[in-house]
Amino acid sequence: MSMTPAYRHLTRLAALTALLLVRATSADVLPDDRADLFYSKYSGGGLDITSASVLVRKKFTENFAVEANYFVDKVSGASVDVLSNASVIKDERKQKSGTIEYMHDKTTYSLSYINSTERDYISNTTHASLSQAMFGDLTTLTLGWGRTRDAVGENNGTADKPIIAWLGHAESQSYNVGLSQILTKNLIGGVTLEVITDDGYLANPYRSVRYTDESAKGYSLASQVYPDTRTSTAIQTQAKYYLPWRAAVTGSYRYYHDTWNITGDTYELDYTHPLANIWILEGRLRYYKQGHASFYSDLLPFAGSQNFYARDQDLASAENTTIGAKVTYAFLPDGWKMFKRGTATLDISRINFHYLDFTDIKDYGLPKYQPGAEPLYHFHATVLQIYMSMFF
Amino acid sequence: MKHAAKFFKGCALAAIVIASTAFAADAGGPAPAFTLTALSGEQAALSQYKGQVVMVNFWATWCGPCQQEMPLLDQMYKKYKPAGFTLIGVNVDKEGPAVKELLARKPVSFPVLLDPANQVSKAYHVDQMPSSVIIDRKGEIRYIHRGYKPGDENDYQDRIRQLIRE
Amino acid sequence: MRRMRPALIVGALLLSSACSNIQPWVKPYERDRLADPIMSWNRDAISSAYLDHIRETREGSRGATGGAGGGCGCN
Repeated sequence: MSMTPAYRHLTRLAALTALLLVRATSADVLPDDRADLFYSKYSGGGLDITSASVLVRKKFTENFAVEANYFVDKVSGASVDVLSNASVIKDERKQKSGTIEYMHDKTTYSLSYINSTERDYISNTTHASLSQAMFGDLTTLTLGWGRTRDAVGENNGTADKPIIAWLGHAESQSYNVGLSQILTKNLIGGVTLEVITDDGYLANPYRSVRYTDESAKGYSLASQVYPDTRTSTAIQTQAKYYLPWRAAVTGSYRYYHDTWNITGDTYELDYTHPLANIWILEGRLRYYKQGHASFYSDLLPFAGSQNFYARDQDLASAENTTIGAKVTYAFLPDGWKMFKRGTATLDISRINFHYLDFTDIKDYGLPKYQPGAEPLYHFHATVLQIYMSMFF
Repeated sequence: MKHAAKFFKGCALAAIVIASTAFAADAGGPAPAFTLTALSGEQAALSQYKGQVVMVNFWATWCGPCQQEMPLLDQMYKKYKPAGFTLIGVNVDKEGPAVKELLARKPVSFPVLLDPANQVSKAYHVDQMPSSVIIDRKGEIRYIHRGYKPGDENDYQDRIRQLIRE
Repeated sequence: MRRMRPALIVGALLLSSACSNIQPWVKPYERDRLADPIMSWNRDAISSAYLDHIRETREGSRGATGGAGGGCGCN
């Protein structure tokens, strides 16, 4: 069995998220023109991921803007999925996206297209959204719709000599409604609801289930069997408050539940503190707790004991805590020639992952540990981001 | 998911219905009198300019479109001043330092008065930033322009020329 | 869901007529703090999208991230 970075599996959803974030607008003026250069490094769980991105945004009239983004991820390493000899993982993902925005009166319309390509996974997403300011610009209503079509493959060769087998397709539709409300001169709140439905080949072909048997290890591996549909609902509430000194604190909570019975609770707290017009310091804390999918099992009693079965750690009961700090320096605080502002940012995060029903079978087994009694898996990751933004 | 699609289409319809309720604009009636302090510390009153065509422009340092129109307002002021026109910039910032700093970098020649307590903004029912109120020689509000988009300065000039000729 | 739609539209219309009696309580000239860049939901789009990408590839949850609105409310 060949290995591939576990991370690429949810490419299509990541693309959708990327869009939704970029589309956060206030429907009064279109955002300034800008160009961004981004670099990041993720290290953790045996994986090293280097990413780079370029973003350019330009208004052609006061009402019409275009944005283009190019994103590259390079993965290398070995993950906890590697069960036998540690094969080298090496893969690259390229993502291109284009968005057009049109503003008329108090309404902003946007249309985006994203294409993400890896050797064994191709994803295409179309997304449309509408943002409406009302009630004296205190309230903003956002509606969004997206559709993704993916081709899912498996690399049966090696990292350097790939042999790709295409396994199937997956299609996803998302619908979201958001309401943002200015509550006081210092406080803004928001609620977002998003429903996503998936159809097709939804499994990660590189992960396997295990079941007890009489073999040397005490268990054997088998292919996962996933349902071919999934519908999820997520609701997030958030609020941002301007403190009596020049600083802002943000709190958010998101509840998630889907038809695979996965539940997720996300809590986030953020503090932003600027210094004059030059520095912005930011600290963030995030806690996430997940309840496992109904068909997830770390160890099945025997082969075929359930209709659907998975041992993908993404579906396990788990929790993770993130602590992050970010520093932004405005090297052009008041602009220079055609630049309105220029900033450089350094962001460091540390994420601790703890699994509550996924064991580390790569490092532990018989004779010391009976199958099912291996220590639970945990790891930490460090994420470093460096980027520069120029505003025109 | 056909039901979900219909649900969201229904929401979109509802949103558009709510949004199309516009707040009616009102001009006509005497311009409320005011006396404010300029950055220099001197006091100035609207009544000083009676007999001239006056444009009161409400702006803030944190308002992008306000910054955009300032240079054009300055040009317009210089052009029509000899004909009996005055432009008064009423700044609504809560604190003075940012205003001083901005005007030091991008100076204007028309008078800038400070309204940190927002009394004048309230009196003029300012419901959009920026807002430009054009007052005729008799002291009556003739036109209220809300917001700024490139090209609006032509609109301002048309109105001013019309009122100057009266 | 289909049956709810007329009720939703009627509800929205009633709400809008009720709302027209309530005036916006934060005036456009009082939005200095809301217009401050530190009060925007998302200052760094690529960074937020990237962090979300990392989370979604390791977590089972997805969706409902992001925010809109606020700002100076100009124009």
